[in-house]
Amino acid sequence: MNEVPQTPRTIPDRLESPFRSALKSWEALLIVVAVAIFIANSFASPYFLNPWSLSDATFNFTEKAIIALAMAMVIISGEIDLSVASIIALASTAMGFALQFGVDTPTLVAIGLFVGLACGAFNGALVAGFGLPSIVVTIGTMSLFRGISYLVLGDQAFRGYPSDFAWFGQGYVWWVISFELVLFLVLAGLFYVLLHRTNFGRTVFAIGNNPVAAQFSGIRVARIKFMLFLLTGLMSGIAAILLTARLGSTRPSIASGWELEIVTMVVLGGVAILGGSGSIAGVVIAAFIMGLVTFGLGLLNVPGIVMSIFIGLMLITVIALPIVAGKLRQQTSGAK
Amino acid sequence: MRLSSLRIAHFHKAQMTQPCLSLSGVSKSFPGVRALNDIALDLYPGEVTALVGENGAGKSTLVKILTGIYQPDAGEIRIDGTPISLPTALAAFEHGITAIHQETVLFDELSVAENIFLGHAPRTRLGLIDWRKLRAEAQDILSSMGAPISPQTRLKDLSIANKHLVAVARALSIEARIVIMDEPTAALSHKEIEELFVLIDLLKKDGKAILFISHKFDEIFRVADRYTVFRDGEMVGAGLMKETNEADLVRLMVGRSVEHVFPKLDITPGALVLNVSGLSHPTEFEDISFSLRRGEILGFYGLVGAGRTEIMQALFGITRPSAGTVTLDGRPALARDPAHAVDMGIVYVPEERGRQGAVIGLPIFQNISLPSLRTTSRAGFLRLAEELALARKYAGRLDLRAAALDQDVGTLSGGNQQKVVIGKWLATRPRVIILDEPTKGIDIGSKAAVHAFMSELAAEGLSVIMVSSELPEIMGMSDRVIVMREGRMAGEFSRTELDAETLVRAAAGIVEEAA
Amino acid sequence: MKPGTLLRHRELILVFAIVVLVALIALRFPAFILPRNLIRVFDDTAILAMLALGQMLVILTRCIDLSMAANLALCGMVVAMLNAAFPDIPIPLLIVAGMGLGAALGAANGLLVWKLDMPSIVVTLGTMTIFRGAIFLLAGGQWINAHQMSDSFKALPRNVFLELPVSTWITVAVIGLFALLMGRTPLGRAFYAVGVNPTASVYTGIDVGRTRFFAFTIAGMVSGLAGYLWVARYAVAYVDIAGGFELSIIAACVIGGVSIAGGIGTVAGAVLGALFLGVVNNALPVINVSPFAQMAISGAVIVIAVIFNARNERKRGRIILKKAEAEARA
Repeated sequence: MNEVPQTPRTIPDRLESPFRSALKSWEALLIVVAVAIFIANSFASPYFLNPWSLSDATFNFTEKAIIALAMAMVIISGEIDLSVASIIALASTAMGFALQFGVDTPTLVAIGLFVGLACGAFNGALVAGFGLPSIVVTIGTMSLFRGISYLVLGDQAFRGYPSDFAWFGQGYVWWVISFELVLFLVLAGLFYVLLHRTNFGRTVFAIGNNPVAAQFSGIRVARIKFMLFLLTGLMSGIAAILLTARLGSTRPSIASGWELEIVTMVVLGGVAILGGSGSIAGVVIAAFIMGLVTFGLGLLNVPGIVMSIFIGLMLITVIALPIVAGKLRQQTSGAK
Repeated sequence: MRLSSLRIAHFHKAQMTQPCLSLSGVSKSFPGVRALNDIALDLYPGEVTALVGENGAGKSTLVKILTGIYQPDAGEIRIDGTPISLPTALAAFEHGITAIHQETVLFDELSVAENIFLGHAPRTRLGLIDWRKLRAEAQDILSSMGAPISPQTRLKDLSIANKHLVAVARALSIEARIVIMDEPTAALSHKEIEELFVLIDLLKKDGKAILFISHKFDEIFRVADRYTVFRDGEMVGAGLMKETNEADLVRLMVGRSVEHVFPKLDITPGALVLNVSGLSHPTEFEDISFSLRRGEILGFYGLVGAGRTEIMQALFGITRPSAGTVTLDGRPALARDPAHAVDMGIVYVPEERGRQGAVIGLPIFQNISLPSLRTTSRAGFLRLAEELALARKYAGRLDLRAAALDQDVGTLSGGNQQKVVIGKWLATRPRVIILDEPTKGIDIGSKAAVHAFMSELAAEGLSVIMVSSELPEIMGMSDRVIVMREGRMAGEFSRTELDAETLVRAAAGIVEEAA
Repeated sequence: MKPGTLLRHRELILVFAIVVLVALIALRFPAFILPRNLIRVFDDTAILAMLALGQMLVILTRCIDLSMAANLALCGMVVAMLNAAFPDIPIPLLIVAGMGLGAALGAANGLLVWKLDMPSIVVTLGTMTIFRGAIFLLAGGQWINAHQMSDSFKALPRNVFLELPVSTWITVAVIGLFALLMGRTPLGRAFYAVGVNPTASVYTGIDVGRTRFFAFTIAGMVSGLAGYLWVARYAVAYVDIAGGFELSIIAACVIGGVSIAGGIGTVAGAVLGALFLGVVNNALPVINVSPFAQMAISGAVIVIAVIFNARNERKRGRIILKKAEAEARA
């Protein structure tokens, strides 16, 4: 509790300068970590600082990071969407299915986006419309969406995507800068504006901090939540297009396990898992950190599964540290 | 009503002269509020002590201290003369202190028998729960109370009255020595209240010391042997019931040590603004009709649970009434949801500040601008400068005490949080503002600021509805008062007719002749 | 019928659904209901059933354990490696070791939830990846194959005792112990109390965090046991065994009527939920539906079950809301 009995009548806008609070922020810490990993990587492997290998490194996280942007907003609002990877599978399967009828690339893209939106609307209707807990709903739709892919494909795969479609996942905009990376950065910018600079974003924070008080403040909570699930659906659709184009094939097991990596990315980025706080900047930096760690360990021939230990430990430590620090602070102040 | 003779045999009337629980010098403060100051209280075995006081007098805080939820800042608690501490709820439980709350806090999904014995179930020799014995004992206790409840029923299928019976049965089963009844009759019908009194007699005969908290004087005179009066966190009187009368108690309870001046400005109510007619709800209120004029402050007085909050939430679109009409400036204005109510110009400052009012976690200025984002933004994009300007304006008008406008609203004292919530609504330029217990649990300074501001607003032409259980506030601030009792309107008084005892009587349903 | 009667007879509905399902299949494929086949179906569901019971404890206390399948895989790998390295260790001792390890891993989850107040979903999301990674590190990425395991190791679950395989007997014993735990011990009742009303639990002297810790520990112990059974049954241990199984476990609970909001759920419900999924999975190949339909069906069933549960709980929700508001009037 801040004891402020003798404050002047005019209350300052800010407690401290934006610059000072930025220095103490989670994002600043993440940047330090990212730089440290970058330096460690460049010492660890001579191949790391090659622009082309750095560019390659971005491919393994941009698709996840695109979903993480929308997932951050869902989690900030106090919900969660575990079905995102399954939406990728279903959207990719739908595109592959349409491919059998020889549709062109724009139609493929439209199908991918549409399936993503439809899945998001389904989740959103169940969560916002019926008022069901999002964690169970999306565990269910996670099986359902991917299950439909399995039903369609079995142990088969769709192949033969047109070469202009492949550009979405393999093309470069300029020199080593891939389309995926550019798209991610553009979307990150849009999400930054949406979350931090619009009324919509503000209401998302309000809902995440206190859905009851938000409703009592005249916010239509269900409507906002529905739109957030639409957004994760849409981003999953986009990720499906990128990933399918990059792999050049669709299997029902595509992107399996991604939901957990995406949630980890979001939490590592400083978004409170119980909702109410977080930033797009944090998520973007966390995405780069996870990409760098994966890539760096890959260069050292550390298998992917071992990296997951790092990621799991990181997730727990990152959340536990502030709690432990808070408890210690409480103890020392209590001793006075 | 048959009594389990076994249970009563433990108790000998001779012990009654010594208090079994005694508090002295107990104080408790919260940031910005002194909830209890140097309190003394004695409870005697086999006797009922009534704790009387207005809302905010410190009764709930005392209950929480006795049940181990709050720790007192100072003072001593003794049981049979031995000082004890109650660091946890478990400790209170082990010292034989049990509380029956206003809304019985038990386990809806579990059976009646289990609710009675949770935590101290009879065991078999192998240490397993002995359900047969448990159910039999539960049945014993329930039938000794004459309670027509099957031990196997799930608690959620019972009426509130029957849940109370289960809570009493639990108190009997744990051999509690001290039973706290916190407004046990708030939600009960007359018949059920009579049954509760029989139970209280049973507990008395069983030797329990009972702390009985109620606003209803007829009940207090019916069941209590002693009384203690709290006012503003202090003990202002105690004694035997047979040596006092209603008038004295009301005076002790209402009289102010610190004279609070209410800044009510005299106004001449203007045109009709809000008209409510025949508003009803299946379970919460019935046939509510009133009107509200421009610049008027309409007070809603009543006991806790009289249905006032429910009516206000219906006006704000939270609950849906089953019948009745609402018009604002002559146009239909029954809100579909809070957003709709706000659009029409009806806003609501809820009683539950932390849960429904302030969005704890968001900074002050964002709380204030939240319902006004449409006007502070441009094309859906936030304009921080506009938001801060809006916040500055209302923070200034409400004399908000804070370190900075980007401070989390949760770090403010209750009174300043309330100012933020009120400021949030004023920024929307409403037609009608509903304030539900606007000064409950806030410090004297903030109280005065809120009152001054209400007067100012009314003078500027805003129509105000104020729900309050605090008599001085109701009498000091209202142009007109509607008294509610058990979901119905029990009387309407103009400012000139206001008199503390009349209001208390109307709210408690005391008949005129009894005085 | 009083409201809520339906909910209480949730188990009956499930039994009915399972019977109808089995009957429909038997109409076209009578061999399905041969006792031998039904035993096989039950045995096939045994692991899922016991895991669902463990998960139920955790969900009852308003938490969730996403690490159960990874815990299972890690314990399975450890007992398989022990067996491969020291074939002379008696199998029961190995089982105890597996259960002990599982309990320790579960206790780690529980401690983080209890002592640090961390949300269980984050804790178990983290430990899930850590456990999987640990398997890789332990085994150096290698598989433990059938020929490395001793015969008794693989045979124990399949040995027939009184007409039934030992693994079925183990499951029956686990179900019995859970029924005893939930029905007859203070701890079992505390799981319910904590989930129904954490605040009232505190007033009743129940330590909410400690109760959750026990839920996670027991769930871990069951995962350890299931780890051995899984590895012995499929005669192979590698990093990805039971991958994604955590969701089937939660699905069994949800179908069995365990409320994700805590406080509601029965031993019979969780077992029947698992059995329902087991029957569906076993029936698909029989009725010539692609086994690939399994996942979609269980997904659809989860969604339907959640909606169904919510309809049953809605009344409860409203009562609580009213109550919560009345409480605040205090």
